[in-house]
Amino acid sequence: MHGQEQKSTALAPGSTAPEFTLPATPDQSVSLSEFRGRPVILAFYPEDWSPVCSDQLALYQELLPEFQRFDAELLGISVDGVWCHLAFAKDRNLHFPLLADFEPKGEVSRAYEAYRSSDGTSERALFVIDSDGVVRWSYVSPVGINPGADGILRALEEMR
Amino acid sequence: MRTQFGAELTLPVSEERDHIQGPAAAPVTLLEYGDYECPYCGAAYPIVKQVQAQMGDGLRFVFRNFPISTSHPHAEQAAEAAEAAAAQGRFWEMHDHLYEHQQHLEAGDLHTYAEELGLDVERFDRELAEHVHAARVRDDFMSGVRSGVNGTPTFYINGTRHDGPHDLDSLLAALERAGP
Repeated sequence: MHGQEQKSTALAPGSTAPEFTLPATPDQSVSLSEFRGRPVILAFYPEDWSPVCSDQLALYQELLPEFQRFDAELLGISVDGVWCHLAFAKDRNLHFPLLADFEPKGEVSRAYEAYRSSDGTSERALFVIDSDGVVRWSYVSPVGINPGADGILRALEEMR
Repeated sequence: MRTQFGAELTLPVSEERDHIQGPAAAPVTLLEYGDYECPYCGAAYPIVKQVQAQMGDGLRFVFRNFPISTSHPHAEQAAEAAEAAAAQGRFWEMHDHLYEHQQHLEAGDLHTYAEELGLDVERFDRELAEHVHAARVRDDFMSGVRSGVNGTPTFYINGTRHDGPHDLDSLLAALERAGP
């Protein structure tokens, strides 16, 4: 099992979402500011391949059409490297960007107060960011529990 | 607005809409969101049967579709097949058959199962080809998403998500706690 201490908060609603640029593939990077004008869902998760992550991201893949109804962009983020992300996305049929918070390790996760120093991974943390780049909802799930998607959908609805 | 959302069933059980076994007046309702290709649901299938056998009329069991096609490429088609059987009044037979043949959910397999159950196969094939029941399956799926389903199987006991283990003893204990 992972470390025992359970963090229950992350960067709070009302905060300006910290800007970042992270690699999505070996030759492509994604910046948060590219999506200004649209909602963004950031899904930090501990590690590629771990069972809970896989279920969680498969559920989000299934819900892409729902997120698109809000014109929202979904970005997954973990500390795994781009080649690991590529293999994982291919194996699991995931068709949204998985960003590598790999070097400096966990820098973006830390900026969102979603880094677990005890394990050296991201928290299982969700953020919904509005079209002006402000965090409107955040949630940290116990690492072993898949947070589902109802919170994301409610946050998107409340922003309408 | 940093709310922790409770995991309660948002679409109440309906005797008209839902697939139900057991009396409407049963003191305990167990509802499962399941995926026919999911191995964990396959493992839960005989456990639910045992729970039903032990609790008899004390339990009402409800099944709703939650196919995660990203992981299980045959799950959607299987869910639609169960709904097509339901349209002919044979939901539970198909449901059981699918869980008992989880490794064989190709279109040809589903056709064979419809024949074995004595369904109007022409109608069954046409409804699958035209995805007549896709909207129902999606409605089930979204009702699960909005109720906090986060993987399969997810169980609700009297409308509240059961987050504990679902081996026979744990599930029985949780159901008995929810009872009168």
